Amino acid sequence: MTVSLDHSKAVYQGIKDAGIHFITALPETWLVYLLQMAEDDPEMCLIEVAKEEEAIGIAAGAYFAGQPNLLLMQNHGFLAAINGIVSLAMLYRVPLCMLIAHRGHMGEPYPWHTQGGIVTEPVLRGLGIPFDYARDPAKVGKQIREAHTYSLSSLSPVALLLSRDLMEG
Amino acid sequence: MRRSKCIEAIYPELHDKLVVTIMGACAQELYDLGHCENFFYLQHAMGLASSIGLGLALNLPDEKVVVMDGDGSVLMNLGTLTTMARYQPSNLTHIIFDNGSLLSTGGFASHTTSGVTDLAAIAKGAGIKNVSAVSTPMDFVGAVADAFEGNELSVIVAKVEAVGPDHFGMDLKLPENAFRFERYIKERQRKL
Repeated sequence: MTVSLDHSKAVYQGIKDAGIHFITALPETWLVYLLQMAEDDPEMCLIEVAKEEEAIGIAAGAYFAGQPNLLLMQNHGFLAAINGIVSLAMLYRVPLCMLIAHRGHMGEPYPWHTQGGIVTEPVLRGLGIPFDYARDPAKVGKQIREAHTYSLSSLSPVALLLSRDLMEG
Repeated sequence: MRRSKCIEAIYPELHDKLVVTIMGACAQELYDLGHCENFFYLQHAMGLASSIGLGLALNLPDEKVVVMDGDGSVLMNLGTLTTMARYQPSNLTHIIFDNGSLLSTGGFASHTTSGVTDLAAIAKGAGIKNVSAVSTPMDFVGAVADAFEGNELSVIVAKVEAVGPDHFGMDLKLPENAFRFERYIKERQRKL
């Protein structure tokens, strides 16, 4: 089981095409190529946090600063960031565009990821956060652009779940 | 030393900066001095005021950003000190008012009350070079003046009494604060 470099390139190109220059992230296996690409890209500012809830604050600051930005995290990081999402982003109507590695779902061999995988979608629904699954490298760029656009127009958190099909190819 | 007096003493210096405060007493005391469009009050999401300040500072290198934090909030997001240390935005001043109390949520003792936990030492240990710990108004004003004049990430831990205002309330809806803050920055950037 390996992370797909080609598909990661498609995701990164989608991020670039969406006009994003600032990424807040916490490293995770499926995101490893994406983070490397961001680190190597002189046009991109990548900020790695100690815990994902911090990233919600940093993203809000970037938004206030007028900087097109998005967040990269694992679904367990999303779960760890919920108070910030609710009591900063949703409370103050601050847009968030979250690209979330959807670990622990169908095909997951590692037991430790499974509970987070099971609850991710119900939690997103419970919070009323619009979300979509990204499965096809040919479509993910458009999905990223649309998620970013929608976060800005709805002044809401928006999540794009990066699926196993996409990230492992 | 009272936090309200500290905020009052530096208030005239805040007009040309972007200011983010934590919830409760700290926000109220700043607001009561007179709201300005460059003030953002984070009335919940404890711990994230410093992260918002970091996001602002990293993206607006020509602005000076001031975070007014508290011990309870910092303890909820200690990782923020390590992230600030890693990226070292030179235009960020992080003031931590340490009253040893979760004052706005019932006045319970925080982990700094006994003096065992030293937030300034934690900030230094996180890798922030310019850290000061102050407990008198004169030292506070001096440390803030140095931070504002300097071109270096600064953390100021100010020991204050666990005393807050006798009232809470703002004529400012929370999203309205966010909308106006964002618009203000946009207009100020256009003029720069």
